[in-house]
Amino acid sequence: MISIKNIVKQYAGHRALNDVSMEIERGKVFGLLGPNGAGKTSLIRILNQITAPDGGEVLFNGEHLSRKHTEQIGYMPEERGLYKKMEIGEQIIYLAQLKGMSRNEAIRRLRMWFEKLGIEAWVNKKIEDLSKGMQQKAQFVATVLHEPELLILDEPFSGFDPVNAEIIKNEILELNRKGTTIIFSTHRMESVEELCDSIALLNLSKKILDGNVKAIRNQFRNGTYRLDYNMNQLADAHEAPFSILKQEHSDAGTSMVVRMKENTAPNDALLFVAQRAGITHFEEVVPTMNEIFIRTVNSQNTTSH
Amino acid sequence: MNKILLIIQREYLSRVKKKSFIVLTFLVPVLFIGMFALIAFIAVKGNEMGEEKKIEVIDESGLFAGKLKNSSTMTYIYTTANYETEKTKFKKEGYQYLLHIPASQENIELLSEKNPSAITIDAIEGNLSRIAEASRLKDAGIDTAVLAKAQKRISIKALQMTEAGAKDAQTYTAYAVGFLSAFLIYICLLIYGTQVMRGVIEEKVSRIVEVIISSVRPMQLMLGKIIGVGLVGLTQFVLWILLTVLLTVGGGSFIAKNAAPQQQLAQIEHIQNKAGVKGSTQMQKLQRPEGAAQEIMKSIESIPVTYTVSCFLFYFLFGYLIYSALFAAVGSAVDNETETQQFIFPVTLPIIFTFALAQTFIINNPDSPLSVWLSMIPFTSPIAMMIRIPFGVPAWQLALSMALLVGGFLLTAWAAARIYRVGILMYGKKASYKELLKWFMYRE
Repeated sequence: MISIKNIVKQYAGHRALNDVSMEIERGKVFGLLGPNGAGKTSLIRILNQITAPDGGEVLFNGEHLSRKHTEQIGYMPEERGLYKKMEIGEQIIYLAQLKGMSRNEAIRRLRMWFEKLGIEAWVNKKIEDLSKGMQQKAQFVATVLHEPELLILDEPFSGFDPVNAEIIKNEILELNRKGTTIIFSTHRMESVEELCDSIALLNLSKKILDGNVKAIRNQFRNGTYRLDYNMNQLADAHEAPFSILKQEHSDAGTSMVVRMKENTAPNDALLFVAQRAGITHFEEVVPTMNEIFIRTVNSQNTTSH
Repeated sequence: MNKILLIIQREYLSRVKKKSFIVLTFLVPVLFIGMFALIAFIAVKGNEMGEEKKIEVIDESGLFAGKLKNSSTMTYIYTTANYETEKTKFKKEGYQYLLHIPASQENIELLSEKNPSAITIDAIEGNLSRIAEASRLKDAGIDTAVLAKAQKRISIKALQMTEAGAKDAQTYTAYAVGFLSAFLIYICLLIYGTQVMRGVIEEKVSRIVEVIISSVRPMQLMLGKIIGVGLVGLTQFVLWILLTVLLTVGGGSFIAKNAAPQQQLAQIEHIQNKAGVKGSTQMQKLQRPEGAAQEIMKSIESIPVTYTVSCFLFYFLFGYLIYSALFAAVGSAVDNETETQQFIFPVTLPIIFTFALAQTFIINNPDSPLSVWLSMIPFTSPIAMMIRIPFGVPAWQLALSMALLVGGFLLTAWAAARIYRVGILMYGKKASYKELLKWFMYRE
């Protein structure tokens, strides 16, 4: 749906994006990750045509990204904002009209959304009279009211309490099931694993990693397993085909995290333990996105400095 | 284009619906009329409002007794009592002043408990001088009636040579019309320009701007805001004019019933004499009440209304547009209103400068090279040209000035938009002029 090709964005004295390319597939949830200052916001602004790149191009459904595409994009910036002195209903309708929607249609959908989120009683209130959570919900409605093909959400859950975050997450997933493509910029890695089909990781203005979330996690597997058994201690653990990274004892026995030594297979570990104790649990520990994020960013930062 | 209309609509409605707009719209004409009504009232009734003064006169010369004119607030009472004894007694007898005229008519003294006001002294001096003068002329054998004839004042009839032939030049009306239109433009540029700036800051501070410019171009948002606020200004103006006319017509008929024109006239004549004003057409007009009203009407009719009003609207509109574009750029460069000071000053400087010159120089020398130049430069022409127009401006100058103003606006809007589009996305960065230049140079 979106092809980003060799994008360069130069500000005076610093390059915000350096030859960044990525593909975002239709109907998927795409995570745009990276530490602060990596260039995420610059890229999002280019996708929203708020700023233009200095080099490279963006294709939207195969066409060069242009003004007519703004109506198919919904954008929720990290810094939320609505007119403080304007009634929220009127305000959301206005924003939908700016996205090319007719007034009547906007009113109809506004009613639907406000009922769905349980805020219909607030439709004539001014933003400054609403609670923070209510403002966030209103902002979300403003972002999706025109039923965009592509939703760009910058830190969508920041500012929500856990209950409301869950409500919004479910709404996002429902939109995705109906076919909306979602770009999702965040630092919160646990939500990435839960929501994203694929990701791109930006650091120091460059893309350093991208692809399917499962594939990336597989790629970062390093022979780490969790193995529980029903005894207190393995007498000759130093002869085992693995090294123990961590172990915990309890009444039920021991729980270890182990890393396989070179040229050994997980079965060797099972055989070794099975001869000495009863195995109660065995699974592979695949690195979390959080670990991958930290490891990749750190290794790049140490090599580049 | 449709989106600009939406933006204009929002900017317009959100302001017009505000309580402060409604209050200001109705309050200003009331205050304005009220102020003038009060001034007029005091001018007419002021003397009556002063305390009544009783003046005891000891006239040893015998020249003035019985001849001093009483006025509404001054009553002269003559006595032959001794000055020295009366000095201590006059207050107890209920007099505020004791006027002593020695036989020599010199060293005339006015005694009172408090310091007498200048007006009181003036009035008494005038009264005495008039009588003394008449008496001396008579002594010299000059007939006062002959003298009055000989002293007839000469007035000039100013004519303006136009293609249609000579017509009455309405210098005073031109003065008033020019000054009033320049003043209105001056006030509006400042009021509505500031409103545009506030609107831009509001959008930037509330961060909604990022959502909006993901739908429309920054230029569209800026122009929409400028036009929307401009229409608010126009609405306010039309309402002010309508309300003022209604109130004036209503109030005018009320005042006409109550005020005594004779009294007013006497007053003017009196002041004129005191001040020693040499005759002018204006004063002569005032001496004939019915004639004066007709003359004023005639002189207003003599101004080409459609021409003047069209020019006013043109300069009002484009003057506002050119300055509000600058104000929008200023608003985009700052994070809050207190930071605007350093940029506002250079923006408002040409307005203030021109307005100051307009009152003192341009209005008295409408065709001097400086005036012509000021009425050509886009940033000063809205005020300078409006001063000149009632005095008559050659068509080519008007056309050139208008063309330059439109061109100046397009150029300013373009430059302002280049700063604006970057500024609205910059947070927490203190903008300097160098920074603004950098923003201006950024590629689209």
